[in-house]
Amino acid sequence: MGLNIVVCVKNTPSTLSVEVDSSTGQVKTEGLLFAINPLDEYAVEEAVRIKERVPGSTVTVLTLGSEADQAVLREALSRGCDSAVLLTGPELLGGDTYATSQALAAAIRKLSGQKPVHLALFGKNTNDGNSGVVAGQTAAWLDWPCVISVKKIESIDESAALVWRMMEDGIDKIKLQLPAAIGTIKEINEPRLPSLRGKMAAKKAAITKWTAADLGFKPESKARIARSSPPPHRPAGQRLEGGTPEELARRLVDALLERKLLS
Amino acid sequence: MSSILVVALNQRGQSNPQTWELLGAGRALADASKQPLLAVLIGATAQQAQELVERGADRVLWTGHPTLQNFVNELYAQIVLETAQKEKPSHILLPSNVMGRSLAGRLAVKLEAGLATDVSRLDGGHAERNHYNGNLKAAVEFSSPIRVLTLQPMAFAPALRHSGRSGKIEELSFSPASTRAEFVSFQAEEAGEIDLGAAEGIVTGGRGVGGADGFKLLREFAHTLGAALGATRAAVDSGWIPYRHQVGLTGRTVSPKLYIACGASGQIQHMAGMSGSANIVAINTDAGCPMMQQATIAVVGDLFQLIPSIITEIKKRKGAL
Ligand SMILES: Cc1cc2nc3c(=O)[nH]c(=O)nc-3n(C[C@H](O)[C@H](O)[C@H](O)COP(=O)(O)OP(=O)(O)OC[C@H]3O[C@@H](n4cnc5c(N)ncnc54)[C@H](O)[C@@H]3O)c2cc1C
Repeated sequence: MGLNIVVCVKNTPSTLSVEVDSSTGQVKTEGLLFAINPLDEYAVEEAVRIKERVPGSTVTVLTLGSEADQAVLREALSRGCDSAVLLTGPELLGGDTYATSQALAAAIRKLSGQKPVHLALFGKNTNDGNSGVVAGQTAAWLDWPCVISVKKIESIDESAALVWRMMEDGIDKIKLQLPAAIGTIKEINEPRLPSLRGKMAAKKAAITKWTAADLGFKPESKARIARSSPPPHRPAGQRLEGGTPEELARRLVDALLERKLLS
Repeated sequence: MSSILVVALNQRGQSNPQTWELLGAGRALADASKQPLLAVLIGATAQQAQELVERGADRVLWTGHPTLQNFVNELYAQIVLETAQKEKPSHILLPSNVMGRSLAGRLAVKLEAGLATDVSRLDGGHAERNHYNGNLKAAVEFSSPIRVLTLQPMAFAPALRHSGRSGKIEELSFSPASTRAEFVSFQAEEAGEIDLGAAEGIVTGGRGVGGADGFKLLREFAHTLGAALGATRAAVDSGWIPYRHQVGLTGRTVSPKLYIACGASGQIQHMAGMSGSANIVAINTDAGCPMMQQATIAVVGDLFQLIPSIITEIKKRKGAL
């Protein structure tokens, strides 16, 4: 009884001011501080909450990354996940979302061979790549239904879940048959901090490591970043200061009309 | 023969204004590559199909099947997949909203296609998009014959309507597969709200707005401008305004023509969601804060004094006073 949940996370740079190597056009990530992708914290918390809600449930945290990226797995373990899997090795690293999701799906399939996985949870998007499609792509490889932008899991058991999806014009309620993938958003919960006991346990936990050979294939990318560059510099702005609010308002409206920003 | 495929998604029967931008971008690609522009229109009427032709589509395949009134990823994906497998498009263009992003992942995998989201420019073989939350631009290259792209709202000029332009319109025969995701119900957002992603103008309030009452003033300001209402996380976390209005790293990413930040300091996590705005106006008592430094127009002063005067001034110019 209970649900077997996999939560997919990524170790990402915690600073957003990154630089580009001008000779290769690629982002320089060496020496940056890395941490769990902020939006993945909500997926981890939701997985742990479901485990607390449905007795007998387990949570496996899954990442694709380097040996150093294991830190993100230990972070998730300290927040209540039970076991961890690292997908690693040169044949898996550096892929696009197509290749990455294929590897994640293969790992979920492999885990399902041990005990059936009911649910895969994801954060909204990463703060480095910003694509927000890995949940949908992983589900597609598995032929599972997927709902993203989920702000609430109203009810869940081993066979189905009722979820609230935030749309641009309101809230959709969707009934999902499991197994399924869910992409969460920030509103879904308030992540707790790791407990001291959790941290101790996470330090000692064994981490399963799988390479492309364990998955049985080498994923292939379909897209690559040819080069990165800083966005165009914003020209120095205009400052409106001094005078009465009425005067400032007049000058602002003049400036907006001049720039054709008011109709 | 190959084609460019625009996915035109209605939302609950209403056409999505971003569809015109997809047609604008699609027409340019089609002309450059001498391919026809095809549109698949889901959850619609024949009349709406005609408008797509008048806005540049050479052929429109449409369905108004009753199961498609609300968005169910698997059903919508089935329609686009069936079309794409037959028509072999080189590019599939989708909006960068929840529907577009949901579909993109499924389509890319099933069509073995490279994928780029929130594309802001298309040039030659490259798709340009932001990553690192707007701190860097990336030129994405593809090695697949089909590319799935979601386009950032406001980044491409909308296709104009030429009444009388002709094209082929075909109604699709659609028999829905059984799905494991089922639409249950919909609860609409407050009436009269403009969605952040579709707005040409956004008025955002930060901690400086002081409370839910302050947001009444901001709402009036937004209404005067016909703009959407945004907020910083500080304002959302204080409970002054719902999360759906949040702009930034953990909220929405927007790129309107005009972004007016009131009492928002411009922390990097907020800027991450709006630095792509074409013009930024900042209203703040602190001339030295990052938002004021980045702004196209920085107005130094107390927002509670300035905004009522600005509203009055705009109404005056519009001849409403
Ligand atoms: C992981 C993470 C994710 C985050 N995600 C987001 C996100 O998605 N979006 C987001 O916005 N933030 C996000 N934040 C929070 C962000 O770091 C800032 O705390 C937040 O943006 C600050 O909001 P603010 O500008 O409203 O508040 P403050 O920084 O407190 O600024 C208030 C401003 O109001 C001005 N002011 C005060 N009174 C007046 C007045 N009467 N008239 C005019 N001006 C006045 C002040 O001078 C000041 O500049 C995130 C933080 C973290 C760590």
